[in-house]
Amino acid sequence: MTAFPLTRLIDRGATIFLVLLGAFAIAVPVLNLMVPASSALHVSTYLVALFGKYICYAILALSIDLIWGYAGILSLGHGAFFALGGYAMGMYLMRQIGTRGVYGDPILPDFMVFLNWKSLPIYWYGFQHFAYAAFMILAVPGVLAFVFGWFAFRSRVTGVYLSIITQAMTYALLLGFFRNNFGFGGNNGLTDFKDILGFNVQSEPTRNALLFTSCLALAIGFIICRAIVTSKFGKVLVAVRDAESRTRFLGYRVENYKLFVFTLSACMAGVAGALYVPQVGIINPSEFAPGNSIEAVIWVAVGGRGTLTGAVLGAILVNYGKTYFTSGMLAPYWLFMLGSLFVAVTLLMPRGIIGTLKYGLDQRAGARSVAAEEGADAVQAAPHAAE
Amino acid sequence: MRPFCDRIVAFVFALGLLVGAAGLAHADSYEDALPGFTEGSLSDTGEAIDKVVASGNALAEPLLQALDDARLMFSAQEKKVYIKTKDGKLLDAATGKPFVGKAPDDIDTVIVNNRLRGIIEAALGSLTLMSHDPGRRFDAAQAVFKSRDASALPALERALAAETDARVKEAMRQARAAIVVMDAKASDADKIAAIAVIRDRGDQDALGLLDGMPAQQSADVHAAVAAARAKIQNTLAIWNTVQTAWYGLSLGSVLLLAAIGLAITFGVMGVINMAHGEMVMLGAYTTFVVQQIIRAYNPALFDSSLLIAVPLAFLVSGAVGVVIERTIIRFLYGRPLETLLATWGLSLILQQAVRTIFGPTNKDVGNPSWMSGAFQFGQITITYNRLWIIVFTLIVFALLLAMLRYTRLGLEMRAVTQNRRMAAAMGIRTARIDALTFGLGSGIAGIAGVALSQIDNVSPNLGQGYIIDSFMVVVFGGVGNLWGTLVGALTLGIANKFMEPFAGAVLGKIAILVFIILFIQKRPRGMFALKGRAVEA
Repeated sequence: MTAFPLTRLIDRGATIFLVLLGAFAIAVPVLNLMVPASSALHVSTYLVALFGKYICYAILALSIDLIWGYAGILSLGHGAFFALGGYAMGMYLMRQIGTRGVYGDPILPDFMVFLNWKSLPIYWYGFQHFAYAAFMILAVPGVLAFVFGWFAFRSRVTGVYLSIITQAMTYALLLGFFRNNFGFGGNNGLTDFKDILGFNVQSEPTRNALLFTSCLALAIGFIICRAIVTSKFGKVLVAVRDAESRTRFLGYRVENYKLFVFTLSACMAGVAGALYVPQVGIINPSEFAPGNSIEAVIWVAVGGRGTLTGAVLGAILVNYGKTYFTSGMLAPYWLFMLGSLFVAVTLLMPRGIIGTLKYGLDQRAGARSVAAEEGADAVQAAPHAAE
Repeated sequence: MRPFCDRIVAFVFALGLLVGAAGLAHADSYEDALPGFTEGSLSDTGEAIDKVVASGNALAEPLLQALDDARLMFSAQEKKVYIKTKDGKLLDAATGKPFVGKAPDDIDTVIVNNRLRGIIEAALGSLTLMSHDPGRRFDAAQAVFKSRDASALPALERALAAETDARVKEAMRQARAAIVVMDAKASDADKIAAIAVIRDRGDQDALGLLDGMPAQQSADVHAAVAAARAKIQNTLAIWNTVQTAWYGLSLGSVLLLAAIGLAITFGVMGVINMAHGEMVMLGAYTTFVVQQIIRAYNPALFDSSLLIAVPLAFLVSGAVGVVIERTIIRFLYGRPLETLLATWGLSLILQQAVRTIFGPTNKDVGNPSWMSGAFQFGQITITYNRLWIIVFTLIVFALLLAMLRYTRLGLEMRAVTQNRRMAAAMGIRTARIDALTFGLGSGIAGIAGVALSQIDNVSPNLGQGYIIDSFMVVVFGGVGNLWGTLVGALTLGIANKFMEPFAGAVLGKIAILVFIILFIQKRPRGMFALKGRAVEA
């Protein structure tokens, strides 16, 4: 198989996924912009924004699946990286408002004028340039994850301990960002965005472009993840997940593997957050809430951990369910549903949807190949163990 | 002008004292004074006030109080004075008896101005110095200490001579010292003696008094003031520390209470129970229900509502815990990450269930009488509810420790957690012990809920506020070690409170979280880590 790295990288499932995603990324903008509103096929702008949101969640889920599904790192603080990426994007968008804010200050965002600040804090410098903001979207979550992971993995903090301290990390950030003097708009966060790269964030073409970009980011993220998990590096990650001590005794520097994948995953979460913010139009500290991060983990669990496509599917399904249930008569029951989902998935379907499907297919394929081999080797009558 | 007036008043007081001391007929002088109020001139009224005060008559106080409140009436024709009570009845000022008959036509209020009001208040202060109630005498002495009104000095001296209660006497000495240090005429020796008295008081008021002393003083007095100030600031710093430590202890006990159940389920069993906070919440709601029932059927029992709620909360939360263990957690042993997710889901369900049943708003859980109020300890105020919670926490902790150490169930619990297969081989029904252990941890969380209902809002979100803190405490203290949990909770509580003045409440909390995150890096198994093979299990 090593002779055909591309077919290994893009296997049948990945091909189906990428084709579907591509079709979706083209079809939705076409149906929104080209098809008249009276047509039954028309996709409303509300739905475009909603789909955009789901895709961003899917990127977040993908980043969690990469570390949880393949390296066994259960981060309950990935929402923090998502929110940090979102804040970096929000800062760029705030600087684009310029004199159109309520107070009309060309430099200071409204909330700083309101708090009577005289000058821009140093960490806000440069955010008027998109390139710098884009760099920070990757760098801030990445650096935080690197530093955090460097400490955590070197001292061999694993399992639930790691989960709990990642949760404490996002909780600490939540408390911090709620403070006005942190310089990120406190309670209200950043909102009232006008332009992104000179285009109105509210306009339909921009929304479709953002959706398309999100799909593109998801596809790129997916391919990067596939590249990692199908490489030798990915095999070591799985080894770390299944038997960390043994892998270490075999001479692998476990902490370096984990650190790399954790940092990469945080950058992906940051990108997800950055694409999320212009589509929902606000970023505030509640994105840091520990509950959000845990919810993101359950998306992965529903879809199937360690499958990548499952994470995407889970994120979309659970969030569709959330939209469906929280917007009607059933709103009070949504938390019951979500809670039961946590319990049911962990108890009854630990492999998740895609995982269960794959397992079933593998079983059948395994049975078939065993039968075929038995036929061929009938003379030797050697026993074969189906996996 | 003011000192001059004061001196005249003081002189009149002294005169009054002489008159009083000479044993001249008290009643006569009181009654003689009354017509002064009927003249309608401010100066006559002022003289009358002095005479009334000097008379030492028991009616002087209500009369002056009435005058201060514009309830003192007079009739110029009849030359009589009446006290109008707060509910509008008339009393004869001369006898204090209710006035019978028709009120005179020209009845009118005795008018006072601000100058007279000042005199009245000072006079009332000195009158209450002689009150029968030691508490009121103490308050009066404190009032004089604050006002430093030199006119009160004679009355103060008189009261001091007659005082028998040591505490009130001390307060009066301090009040006298306060007057002396402010008095430009007092001798240096008197002042230095007074400064010593004030220094021994050692609180913020004492410091303020010394700061407010006139600047022109002899070198000796200056030195005494400087020394006293240093001493007081020292005392204040010590009390400040004691106060902060107390708050920290109080916070630590709350943390301990919330974490102690988790120390069983997570620490001893190794089960990550994210629904632990909801067990606390169930305990708090049990308290609410108990109180509602008591309010409806037998309000007299209200003071014992908490004592009734404690076992009930233990049973409710414990039962829910056993059910959770039997239906969910037992399938997930050895899969901590899945347990974490499943119990998180459970916490959502429990919260929403409580929200559906009781509504999303805060519930009013009352404090029994023995838990409300406060008392003064040195210079800090200690509220009873905080004190009781600390005591309660320690009792729960001790009981739990004793239970694990001395009962058969405790022995079996320890056996199962240390070596499950060996325990099973010895005939212990490990599945039953698992359920009971989990129930015990949950039940203790329920008990914590009873206590927390007294100081926190009882809402469906009650538990969420404690879950992260509880995990921090258990992880910090060291898993599988109750003493570690105790030390961890108190350390974090006290550290949090000592950080607050420097960093503010939120930044302090963040700093603590960051500290714990770094601490776990350094000692991944907590302060008091279990040693040996158990660690890797």
